[in-house]
Amino acid sequence: MNMLNLYALCGAALVGLGLYGLLAVPHPLRKILSFNLVGSGVFLLFGVIARRGAGHGLVGDPVPQALVITGIVVAFSATALAVALLLRLHDETGAVSLAAPESGRPPAA
Amino acid sequence: MTMALVLDASLVLLIVGIATWTVVVRDAFPAIAGYAVYGLLLALAWVRLAAVDAALTEAAIGGGLTGVLLIRAAVRLRSTEAAARAESPGPLFRLFAALLAAGFAALLAIVILGLPDPAPTLTPEVAENMAVTGLGNAVTAVLLAFRAIDTLLEAVVLVFALIAVWTLTPDDYWGGRPGPKYATDPDGLLAYLGRLLPPLGIVVAIYVFWIGADLPGGKFQAGTLLAAMWLLTIIAGLQDPPPVSRRWLRGLLVLGTVVFVAIGFAGWPLAGYFLAYPESHAKPLILVIEAASMVSIAVTLGLLVVGPPERSNGS
Repeated sequence: MNMLNLYALCGAALVGLGLYGLLAVPHPLRKILSFNLVGSGVFLLFGVIARRGAGHGLVGDPVPQALVITGIVVAFSATALAVALLLRLHDETGAVSLAAPESGRPPAA
Repeated sequence: MTMALVLDASLVLLIVGIATWTVVVRDAFPAIAGYAVYGLLLALAWVRLAAVDAALTEAAIGGGLTGVLLIRAAVRLRSTEAAARAESPGPLFRLFAALLAAGFAALLAIVILGLPDPAPTLTPEVAENMAVTGLGNAVTAVLLAFRAIDTLLEAVVLVFALIAVWTLTPDDYWGGRPGPKYATDPDGLLAYLGRLLPPLGIVVAIYVFWIGADLPGGKFQAGTLLAAMWLLTIIAGLQDPPPVSRRWLRGLLVLGTVVFVAIGFAGWPLAGYFLAYPESHAKPLILVIEAASMVSIAVTLGLLVVGPPERSNGS
């Protein structure tokens, strides 16, 4: 087991954990958090791929590294938007449930 | 097993352990506190993967800004947690979700462990052409020269995300000040930190920006640090975020993109195509773009954390 495989398995495990949280944890804020776990796991896989491509005097392939940096910033802006949507939903309805409204009745306006 | 591998294995175990904690723990607060620690540990993993630029970004955003964003939301959503717990899926569903997630993770692991060797890489191309940019940091060269279009579009995405957040403003408060008004003890610890840290943070941010041309660092890391310092003074009650209707504020938000696009178009007559830099002036032009982008990134990230306007203009 070398070091890169270790971090590759870590990235895969984080994606799995985040996916489980996304499905099984009911609170939407926790789902957003879980989604960030998926994202950081994918980024870590990119990090492993970048490190594998080292050579020519560079410690890693800078292209995936640059993608990860933009990715982290974009993931943050998406998280901020999701949180803002959630807070507005809470301000409007007083709840944040994602459960389907009871059948036959439209959700209360 | 060597010492370094023991260190890596412990780090990986810690990261996976804390990630598990953030998923399974009962309340939102410990989950988010765990996530902030997770961001810092992940930054260490990035250092071990020799990607210090990514490590700085992960520590500042994953450990810092995302944590602040989620904690603020958790405070306001505290009353909804009990209702959400009542909606917890049954054991059968949870088992199914666990199997699905584990299967997907296993599939990913198989794919990534079976990648071809030697790995396909763009490293030779970057190493060959880096001298033209005048930069010493290969990641900055990719971000600002070889793949400048990605970075430009990313700056646009940030502004769009902020516009989308602002569209959630209730009608009454449109054009007003974002976020609640923080009233804190003017002699308290938070106000003290709010006075003490920003001057240091600003100096460090400018340093991180300046060395980014040749060493790990750059506008994203520096911009995030500036945003964090700004947020600290806001949360400490030392200053109020400006009303979103202010023209100067909107100017700062698009400054980076405008400068980037202008220099991009200037590339047409000067160097032959969009976003090309004339060879002798590549580095100064890149620094101008980075400086303008850093300001816009700092303001945008800060406002993304603060959220849509919640007060009318005067209050």
